[in-house]
Amino acid sequence: MALQIITANRLLDGEVVYFGENAEWIENVSGAMTVEDADGEASLLAAAKTAEASQKIVGAYLMKVKRDASGIHTLSVKEEIRAKGPTVRYDLGKQAR
Amino acid sequence: MYRYDEFDSDFVQQRVEQFRDQVERRIAGDLTEDEFKPLRLMNGLYLQLHAYMLRVAIPYGTFNSAQMRKMAHIARKYDKGYAHFTTRQNVQYNWPVLKDIPTILEELADVEMHAIQTSGNCIRNTTSDQYAGAAADEIEDPRVYCEIIRQWSSLHPEFTFLPRKFKVAVTGATTDRAAIRVHDIGLAIKKNAEGKVGFEVHVGGGQGRTPMIAKAVRDFLPKEHLLSYLEAILRVYNQLGRRDNKYKARIKILVHETGIEELRGLIEAEWERIKDSALKLPLEEVERINDYFAAPAWEKLDATSRLFEVKRFEDRGFANWVKANVVAHRQAGYAIANISLKPEGEAPGDITDSQMEVVADLAEKYSFDEIRATHEQNLVLPHVKLDDLFEVYSTLSAAGLATANLGLISDMIACPGLDYCALANARSIPVAQAISKRFSDIERQFDIGELKLKISGCINACGHHHVGHIGILGVDRKGEEYYQITLGGNANENAAIGKIVGPSFSYDNIVDAVETVVNTYLEIRNGKEESFLDAYNRVGLAPFKERLYA
Repeated sequence: MALQIITANRLLDGEVVYFGENAEWIENVSGAMTVEDADGEASLLAAAKTAEASQKIVGAYLMKVKRDASGIHTLSVKEEIRAKGPTVRYDLGKQAR
Repeated sequence: MYRYDEFDSDFVQQRVEQFRDQVERRIAGDLTEDEFKPLRLMNGLYLQLHAYMLRVAIPYGTFNSAQMRKMAHIARKYDKGYAHFTTRQNVQYNWPVLKDIPTILEELADVEMHAIQTSGNCIRNTTSDQYAGAAADEIEDPRVYCEIIRQWSSLHPEFTFLPRKFKVAVTGATTDRAAIRVHDIGLAIKKNAEGKVGFEVHVGGGQGRTPMIAKAVRDFLPKEHLLSYLEAILRVYNQLGRRDNKYKARIKILVHETGIEELRGLIEAEWERIKDSALKLPLEEVERINDYFAAPAWEKLDATSRLFEVKRFEDRGFANWVKANVVAHRQAGYAIANISLKPEGEAPGDITDSQMEVVADLAEKYSFDEIRATHEQNLVLPHVKLDDLFEVYSTLSAAGLATANLGLISDMIACPGLDYCALANARSIPVAQAISKRFSDIERQFDIGELKLKISGCINACGHHHVGHIGILGVDRKGEEYYQITLGGNANENAAIGKIVGPSFSYDNIVDAVETVVNTYLEIRNGKEESFLDAYNRVGLAPFKERLYA
């Protein structure tokens, strides 16, 4: 199976979040928990279901990523923009922090 | 301008309190996202890529300085210091947080604004000609009828859950600046042979994945029957429009699948039944609303202004701005001043909080407190004295709002695209920015002449690419952005859907491809008086295709 992480938007402010290695919903993709098998996928989906039920996140979905020596990388323009912010305003979104 | 009556104020305030309660229940966990989503959409609240997005209605694109200042205040206090004007004459905020939304709506209600029916499968904000009440070619002011439609369609219980969203546009002028033929219903005010004023009614226009030009369903509708006829159309659509497939649910599909003749029969039969009901407009009520849109107290002025002419002679920047952005007014000594929200290299339609306040001040001082938002994502000061134009220009210039490019290639419509929108497949704004930089030379733009370029980041076509003289559609190819070019689209009274020129271009090549199209036009045109669209209509796709794929 391909390397995957799970992402969503935070309920209170819509911020893009990822389920992290620390079992918290975090803002930076580099700390996301990666899985490569069906059990791992099921555990991420279960974590999302719990977080949705407790009003932490909305719209969770699994997404494929790749990892190299420099860390986790998104595979589409859309996920790259979600992970950083608008490409037309570097002063906005995660990239501005 | 129309002022809220007690009924309007009450229902907007009630909605604010309802939504405050719904937000609190969502945050407390008493509402699931599935339960909350339709409620937030009914209040214009979307969840986009990075954050929530709040879409605020500007009825028929008309607003005043107090409303603009409130919009600036909201941008500053609750958002990131800017707002975005859309192709629906609305305004969007891209970064509000959920808990603030009820308070934002409360603040908007203080200046008679709201976000009701800016989303969902209901009758959306009625749009109109941005020059209404000022245009030299106007038969009657369309805003009177837009306001009547607003009152009828607001919270209309029968039409709150239509098969799909429903958009109405009204023009009162001979030149269609409201793109009425690409709306679900397009109304053109006209005079019949007896000199009576009524409406030509078009139905079934739209863009999206199945673009269609509306068909005339009635050549002349007496104005007192406006609401009964609209109700008859909506009733037939509500009953027969498809609900099994959202991509086939718009009225344009019903018109296409049923045929306009049969549909006309159904609409007319329903109308016969209800036309003399309570929906028949009392003429005194039309007159009452008409009074809200009475012409401002224009001064009696000479048709020319010495000060204006001198400044135009002395200041080349002012002369260019006047040439591109200033339009003839119906009243001698006045002009319509367009404020382009397409400065070189910036996001089309975006404006900062400080710039909004500059426009508000100018409107208050020089334009009878009136501002218009256009579906082409610009603003208008509709009633400026020729004597005041240079002062207006100078103030706009100091605020970075005096770009001279209206109707020229850099005056592009562009949707928010993949930089913000959860539905988009490709970015629109950086493509628009790159094109505006490539064509930044104003003399080159004047030489090219009128050219409407429109960019959408997905097939939903919020950027109106189907009706662009040059249209650009962003598509996704295995996670990469590509751009399809269409040529020959047109949104005015001669509306047409553009034709796809050929295979799409990569993000890195799309600006070069646009330049090739423009250069081809410059080579083949029969002199400067033949516009891009006229040249295209004469020669078709072939020469452009030949050059693009050589």
